[in-house]
Order: sequence, then structure tokens, then C-alpha cells
Amino acid sequence: MRLRANRSALPGFALTLGITLAWLSLIVVLPLALLVLRPWTLGAAGVWHSIAEPRVLAALRLSFGAAVLAAAVNVPFGLLVAWVMVRYRFPGRNLVDSLIDMPLALPTAVAGIALTALLAPKGWIGTLLTPLGIKVAYTPLGILVALVFVGLPFVVRTLEPVLMDLPMEAEEVAATLGATRAQTLRRVVLPALMPALLAGFAAALARGIGEYGSVIFIAGNMPMISEIAPLLIVIRLEQLDYAGAAALALVMLLASFGILLLLNLLQWRMARRAS
Amino acid sequence: MSLVPGIAGVQPVCTTERPATQAGLIVLTILLLAVLLLLPLVVVFVEAFAHGLGAVVNALIEPDAVAAIELTLIVAAVSVPLNTVGGLAAAWCIGRFRFPGRGLLVTLIELPLSVSPVVSGLVWVLLFGANGWLGPMLDRAGVRIIFALPGLILATVFVTFPFVARTLIPLMQEQGSTEEEAAITLGATGWQVFRRVTLPNIRWGLLYGVLLCNARAMGEFGAVAVVSGHVRGLTMTMPLQVEALFNDYDWVGAFTIAGLLSLLALVTLAMKAALEWRVGRRGGALL
Repeated sequence: MRLRANRSALPGFALTLGITLAWLSLIVVLPLALLVLRPWTLGAAGVWHSIAEPRVLAALRLSFGAAVLAAAVNVPFGLLVAWVMVRYRFPGRNLVDSLIDMPLALPTAVAGIALTALLAPKGWIGTLLTPLGIKVAYTPLGILVALVFVGLPFVVRTLEPVLMDLPMEAEEVAATLGATRAQTLRRVVLPALMPALLAGFAAALARGIGEYGSVIFIAGNMPMISEIAPLLIVIRLEQLDYAGAAALALVMLLASFGILLLLNLLQWRMARRAS
Repeated sequence: MSLVPGIAGVQPVCTTERPATQAGLIVLTILLLAVLLLLPLVVVFVEAFAHGLGAVVNALIEPDAVAAIELTLIVAAVSVPLNTVGGLAAAWCIGRFRFPGRGLLVTLIELPLSVSPVVSGLVWVLLFGANGWLGPMLDRAGVRIIFALPGLILATVFVTFPFVARTLIPLMQEQGSTEEEAAITLGATGWQVFRRVTLPNIRWGLLYGVLLCNARAMGEFGAVAVVSGHVRGLTMTMPLQVEALFNDYDWVGAFTIAGLLSLLALVTLAMKAALEWRVGRRGGALL
């Protein structure tokens, strides 16, 4: 195995690769490797006990369930936004484009308190919802809103380049052959977008599962009801239960990597079938 | 609206929606985005100024607020340059050379993006905390990492690790290395090539990457919350100060600091728009 495989004339390969590997190992790989090792100081049975607690299972169910639901909401929402941004021209379009990135630029704690202020019973939106009997802040519904907020740009930004590259010819052919616009969208456009929709869903989901800052203010954090898994990790750390915190973190990591791997596989198969 | 010429007797077919549908969808999109994305930003400033300008100024000159702002600047001033050098090195070896394991290296560099912020802090507590692998040893030596500045910096470096590298790698791959190879052939040293050829070519991308890295470094919450220990005036960065004030029901204080962080976000978004305008390319996530 020759490391300098491309016979490049450029210098600096060994130096930069060395810096990269050293920095990466020190900051990312080593700490994560230790995280994987830590839970087992409890023994396998101990790890099982610390995960199988009802409060932990409820938190995991909430974190994964809310993230799946929020990502599912963001797929049609993101499709609408991406479609309008790519296909239509309207005044203020550039401003809207910048606005789409807002959840990525705004610190999560700021998003968290802002959404709480809006949706609390006396907040701008909360006062409108209270007479309808809808409670958002301090309930699982609030968690969903926060996750839709942080996840939306992932779906929009995944879809936009694919929409831009979508050949118009296919739509023209379908229209010429007598398909209505609705039929063309359903039979021609949507199938072509499926892999990208799935990729956007996966990206929003990955973000939602581990999300902390934007959620904890609005969640209410009631054990068994509105307590997310990352918060439980923090609580365990505060009780100096390092192994328990690491066990929960490990379960979250493995589960989210498993889901993402599955979605990647599905997306890859779809893309292959489409071509 | 792109029209395909219709066959005689057949209605002309079109490949876009009717104007009325278009207008409806545009209005719907703007309304939804305004409620979900713009309103939270507006509410931050309205709540900050709820008791007038004086209250905002008082919240800003509060010693704990000043300490939080200073700490945030220090953390960013250390983390961002470290990750800029690391990102440049990674972009050079990945963007300019082909070698086995390159794909894996990119995946590892992007790993912190798919890890919960809480876990990004947790890994350092497991290493250096009171019950951590090295904790007791450090304790005997009198070195404090967790609940102190070094821990805040480590957590921030972990979280912001990917930003510069992942902005530069696609850019450098797209540009190719012909200019740099020509410079080498003409007798330039590696450092000269980097400074005179590469750096000017990637300067906007680099600026963008540094900007994203900085925005995240100053705004990070979950990772630093885990390692901070929440000592007021000592280990509270701005986002942590926001949390503390909000939990104390000091809304003006919380939303004033939040307003500062929102301004940082707005500046970042404006710089992104300006850079895209400059490069003549639109779209792509702020990531």
C-alpha cells in the first residue's frame, strides 16, 4: 500500500495528514472510543439495568418518537419551501433564502427561550391557542415544535440542489402525453425526489434525536412524560453516575447510527432503481 | 411559465402550476416561514426591550453578563484558530491527494455533527471529570479541566471541529491542483504555493468556514452546559447565562443576552449572503 497513491507533485502530504490524524484522534476519536468503553465498567447486566429503567425507556421513546414525527412533518413542509424557492420567482426571495438558515445560525438556547416565550400560555401564539384548549409549551407538543424548527433547513437544503438539477424534459413529456399537472407531479416529479426526501428526512431526524438546547426550555421536563434522553444524560452526570450516562449515550449513538444506516441503504436502493 | 406547443385541437400543456396556484403557494410558504422562523427572532428583541432601553443597558453592564461575554470571546478565540489550522491541514491532504482511507477520514471529521451536543460534552467529563479516567490524577496534581475554562474549550473544539474542513474540502476538490502544480514546477516552495496560490483561491471559502465555526463556538449550549458546572461569573458562557437568567425569571436579562447572540446569527447570515453573492452561487446549507 503506497500512501502517496496519486504521485502528486505537491508537497506537504505527510505533514498535513499527520496534523489531521493527530488532531482528529485527540479531539474526536479517542474521547468517543472512551465513551464506548465506559458503560462496561458496570458489567453487561449493570448496563442492561441502567437502560431498562422505565424512566430511561420513556425518555428514549420520547426523543426518538418526537424526532421521527418532526422529521415527518418537515418532509412535506420542506418540499413546499424548496419547491417555491427553486421553481418560483417572487420579491423578497433572497431574504426568505437567508431566513431558511435561521435555525442553523441561531444558538439553540436562544431558539429555546424564544419558542417558549411565543408558545407559553401568555405568549403571542399561546394566547391564541389556549381558548382552543391546545397546550404547546411544557408538553411533548412543544418538543415537536422545537424539533420542526431546528430540522426544517436540513430538508430544504437537501431538496433544493436535487430540484434544481431535475430535468424539465420529463415533465414536458408527461404533459405532452396528456397527463394533468397533478398527475405529472405525482407520477414523475415525486418519484424522482424520493431519495432526496428520504435523505432530508434522515438529516432532520439525526439532528432531532440528540437535540438539547432548543428543547429543554419548552419541554417542561417531566419524568416519564416530557423528559428527553439527552437531559437524562445530564441528570445522571450531575449524580456522578458516569457509567450510566455513558450507557445511555451509547444506546442513543448506536440507535441513531443504525437508523441512519438503514435510511442510507434505502436511499441508495431507490437511487439505483431510479437510474 | 414554460409552454410546450400544443398539437392542433389539444390544449397547450404546461410544466408549471397555474399563476393563482403559484401565488397561493408563495404566500403560504412565506406565512409559514414567518411564523416558525421569523417570529422567534422578533420575540427575542421585543422581550429584551419590554422595559425600555435602560433595562437593556443595565442587563448588559451587569458583572455576570460582562463575565459571560468575556468568557465566550475567550473560548471562541482559542477554539476557532485551532480548528482553522486543523481544517486547513485536513483540506490540504484530503482535497489535494488521493490515498486509501480518504472517505473514512472525511466521515470521521464530520462525526461531531451527528453526535448529540450533550454527548460532545459528556466525552470530556468521562475523561477529566471527578469520576473520569484521568480525573483523580488531575485532582492530585491540582489541575482543573472540567468545570473550568479548559473543559469549555475542549467541548467547543469538539463541536466545531468539522466546520472549516467541510467547507474547504469540496471547494479545493472542485478547483483542482493545476495552478499549484505549475507553481511547484516553476520552483516555488510548498509554503510559497500555499500562501501565494492556494490561500488566495480559497479565501472566501475559508472565511465562510471560519465564520460558521465561530458562530457555533459562541452559540454552543449543550456541550458546554455539561462541562461548565454553572459557576456564575466564572464558567458561564453567553448561552449558559441566557439559561440561568431565564430560569430566574429575569426575562429582560435573558433576552438581552439572547439578543446579542441573535445579532451574531444575523451577521453570520448576512455574511453568508454576501459571500454567495460574491462567489455568484446560491443555495447550500449554512452548515
